[in-house]
Parts: sequence; structure tokens; C-alpha cells
Amino acid sequence: MVQKGFSLNKGYAPFLLPGVLTFLFIIIIPFMVNTYLSFTQWQGVGMPTWVGLANYQKALRDVAFWASFKNNLSLIVAMVIIPTVLGLFLAAFLFDYIATKFGQRVSSFFRAGYYLPQIIPVVVAAVVWRWVLQPDWGVLNWMLTSIGLEGLTRNWLGNAATALPSVMAVMVWFQLGYPLVIFMAGLQRIDPELYEASSLDGASWFQRFRHITIPLLRPEIYVVVLTTTIAALKVFAPIYAMTRGGPGTATMVASYFSYKYFFESANVGYGATMATVLTLLVIVITIVYIRIQRQQEQRESQ
Amino acid sequence: MANKSLAMNENVYEQANRSVITTRAFDTLSLIGLVLLFVVMLFPLLMVLTNSFKSEAEYAAGGPLTLPQSLSWESIRIMWNRMDYSIKLWNSFSISVLTALLAIIISLFNAFALGIGKVKGGAFFLVFFLLAITVPQDVLVYPLYYFFKLIGLYDTRFSVILTLAVLHSAFGTYLLTSVFSVTFPRELVEAALIDGCNKLQLLFRVVVPISMPSLSVLFVFFFIWTWNEFFLPLVFLVSNDNQTVPIAMALARGERGMAVTTQSAAALLGVVPCIIFFFLFQRTLTKGITAGSVK
Repeated sequence: MVQKGFSLNKGYAPFLLPGVLTFLFIIIIPFMVNTYLSFTQWQGVGMPTWVGLANYQKALRDVAFWASFKNNLSLIVAMVIIPTVLGLFLAAFLFDYIATKFGQRVSSFFRAGYYLPQIIPVVVAAVVWRWVLQPDWGVLNWMLTSIGLEGLTRNWLGNAATALPSVMAVMVWFQLGYPLVIFMAGLQRIDPELYEASSLDGASWFQRFRHITIPLLRPEIYVVVLTTTIAALKVFAPIYAMTRGGPGTATMVASYFSYKYFFESANVGYGATMATVLTLLVIVITIVYIRIQRQQEQRESQ
Repeated sequence: MANKSLAMNENVYEQANRSVITTRAFDTLSLIGLVLLFVVMLFPLLMVLTNSFKSEAEYAAGGPLTLPQSLSWESIRIMWNRMDYSIKLWNSFSISVLTALLAIIISLFNAFALGIGKVKGGAFFLVFFLLAITVPQDVLVYPLYYFFKLIGLYDTRFSVILTLAVLHSAFGTYLLTSVFSVTFPRELVEAALIDGCNKLQLLFRVVVPISMPSLSVLFVFFFIWTWNEFFLPLVFLVSNDNQTVPIAMALARGERGMAVTTQSAAALLGVVPCIIFFFLFQRTLTKGITAGSVK
């Protein structure tokens, strides 16, 4: 018995209602309000005052504003470039060399250990390292002193010269496991005959790596680079837990900058300005990445 | 002629010997390097673990690198009480579960319409939803903060649950829609509709049971992502009684004179639940992913 006017594809639209409504109220409207607020001067009470582009002009001249993005750039080195490159080499090494020489178990053992930092939240990882890097009794300085290298001890997170490098080192520690696991999974896709053929042709390990492994891992590399870049631009929790952006602006980042102006300085308009600029940056970078990826795919399919 | 080939053979043997030695050296060196890296990756967590079980006196005497002579739960107990850890655990747990459930429901409804119902403009919706997860939370936080304060939801767990559920559902919608549109058996849908099912029955009696593996995987992801959330709970949950474990971790700043072991206990309390979840959820994740129901 077929119902009259029965159609497979009708009547589903109402099911979009909860998603669309919640999306509207939690994401679209706040986003528009925030953009509006970036053109105002407001302390969070009473009504906002329209000031046009004043906040943006202030931002252009604000040293701290640019320092934040510079630090985000350093964090891109620490969270994207180093883990991806190191992860690539390590993944290939574990997968090709260690697995064949010492067995799958040994390779998986190392992989699990390197991935361990990723299973705790980044803020907890930051708290753990804050404890290790404590200047007076922390493990790092304690070890340096006990082997006679007291001169090398520092106030790691409290000294402007070492604060950012310390945060960067913590983020490399935290991030390494992510690309490693993804690349090792991707390596399973590669036909070992490709390697054998190139070995017979006399290719060295590095040549094989450069001309076979890396091109075939391109999809994984793209995903890793895109997701870690966005994470590096949005980073907040480790900065909050370890340095609060200090000393001075040594570890100030975009997200903490806007948080500070929203909730500590009660300068909502200026915080909204930074948030809007950061969002535009993330959207632009995402679009650029996707374009590049599409172009590469088209080139390869020709 | 014979002399020449002998000389050649000797060369080959020399080369073979040399390459065996260099390979052995390389193997040993690389294993040492890998082990060193392994130690560096595990070292901070290990330190936090061992030092939380020492008493203050033991630490003062021996420093951080020694193993505790006997397991002293003192530091952990002190920190647990000082942080009201039981309350924080319950907050994190309840928020994570409820957020995951709400996010799954929203994703399910969306994916049902887009993946099974193939509503027009589906691709447009998906792109739109995906933008939600790339956009930084900073653009949402102040308007939401102000709005929640206005309607009295500020400093309640519901504000966090609602916001995070919507954000997570962007990913969930994307994932479920691909699963539904590619791998869901159309014949079942047609058969059910022909049998006179309405759409709601179709959803809950046919689609949900079949998609359980994907839904469980989503639940695990959402649970963990919510547990790890820091920024939104920091802003929305201001009173001690409502805070989550990650917040309590970050705020447990060493007051002057707070013992080293107590502070490491604070860090340990943050680490342990996550490790437990990792082992608990391994099974569900591998089952769900290998069931072929997640692309």
C-alpha cells in the first residue's frame, strides 16, 4: 500500500529546525553582535557608544596588539612546523625502519609513549609543566643544580627572555603525538612495492622519503597543518595557566588579549576588535589552505 | 683475471663487514635516541605521579627524583579537600555527559534531514556548520556572557552545556551526514516509509539503532572535548561550586608556602581522569571505527 503523495524526500525540513535555531542564537547572532561591538566603546554596563573605526585605528598603533600576533606566529612554529616535520621523520622512521627491524610491537610502544601527552587536556599539561618549571623548587632547576649546572637555572616562565621559548617547548611536547599518529596511520596506505622498486633503482632512504613518502602523505599533511595552525591561532589555556600573557607582553596571544580586554579591563569594544580580527584571520587562512589543497589535487589528477 | 676477481671479492666482504657494523651502530644509536625521547615525553607526568605520593618531609629530604618509600596519600587528600575535587569531578562529568547527549540529538536531527532526507541546499548548510568550529570562541563569548547574565543563566551549567553542544554539533552534523548519505541502506528507509512509518518513527526506530556505532564514537568525542574545555567554562562558571576540573587545575595556584607535593597532587588529580577515560574509551572507539560506519 503506497500512501498518496508519498515522497521520500519531503517532510524532512522540520528536523533542521532545532539545529538551525540553536545555531542562530548561539553562533550567528553573537558573532554579529561582536562585530557590532568592535565599532563601539563600551564597558559592559549601560549602552555602547558608537565610535566607528576608532578601535581598529587604535589597534594598528598598539604595540601589544602586534606583539600578540607575533607570539601566535611563534606558537605556529612550535605547534605546526616543528611537530609536523619532526612527526614526519619520526613516523617514517618508526614505521619503516623500527617496525621492520624490531617488530610492530616496539614501534607501537614508542608511538603510544609519544602520544601520551595528547590524552590529557592542554591546560592540565600546562599545569604539569608549570610545576616542573617552577624556579625555586621545580624539577628542572633542581636537576640542573644537582649536576652542577646551577648557572643554567632560570625563572623559566617568569623571565621575559625565557617565557616564550618555555611555552613553545611545552607546546612541542604536547603536540608531537598528534601528527605522529596521523602520519603513521597514513603510511599504512603506501604500497611497499613502491619502496622496493625505488631501492632497486638505487635510491637512498632520503630520496625515497622525499619523492614517495611525502607526496603520498599529502592529504594527512594538509589536515595536520590546517588543524594545528588554527589551534595555534586560537591558543588560550596554556597561556592562562602558565604565564597569563606575561611578563609584560612576552607571551601575550590574540585570544588572551581579547579576554583581558573583555573581562579584566572592561573595554569590551577593544576586545571585540581583536576577536573580529582574529576570526577574519582564521577564515582567510582556512580558505587559502583549502584553495591550495584543491589546486594540488587538480594538478595531481592531470 | 683470477687475481682481479679475488680482489673484487675481498672488497665486497670488506664492504659487507663495514655495513654490518655501521648498521649495528646506527641501530643502537637510534634506539637510544628513541628511548631518550620517550623518557622526555613521559618524564613530567612521571614526576607528578611519584611526587604526589610523598609526604612533605620526604620531598624536602630527597628531592623530586627519588621514588616514594611508602605511598603517602596525605598530599592528595589535602588537595582533594582544598579544591572540593568531588564537586569539580561531578561538574565536569555531568556537563560532559549532558553536552554530549544534547550535541548528539542536534547532530542526529540535522543529519537526518541532510543525509537521509537530502534536503535542498544541504552542502550550503554543511559549509555553514563547519565554519562554526573554525571560528574562535572569542567572538561568541562576550555577547553570550551578556545574554546569559540577562536571562539569569550566567554561572549555571546549562549555559555551558547549551553553548558547547551547539558548537560540537557542527562536527557531529558533518560526520553523521556523510555517514548517512554514503553508507545508510536506502532500502530500509523506503521499506519503513512504505510500511507507513512517519518520519519520527523512522528516525528513532530505524536510523538510530543502525547508527549506534557512529553515535557511540560521537559520544566519546563529545564527552572528551567537553571535559577538556577551558575557555567557555572559565567565563561562564564563576563560582567555585560550578567549576570544572580543568578550571580548578589552572586556578590552583601555589599559595605562598603550599607544599611541592600538594601542588603536584593538584596536577595529578587533573591527569588521572583523562587517563582513565582513554583506556575506557579505547574499546568503543576502535569498535565504532572498524565497524566501517565512520568514513
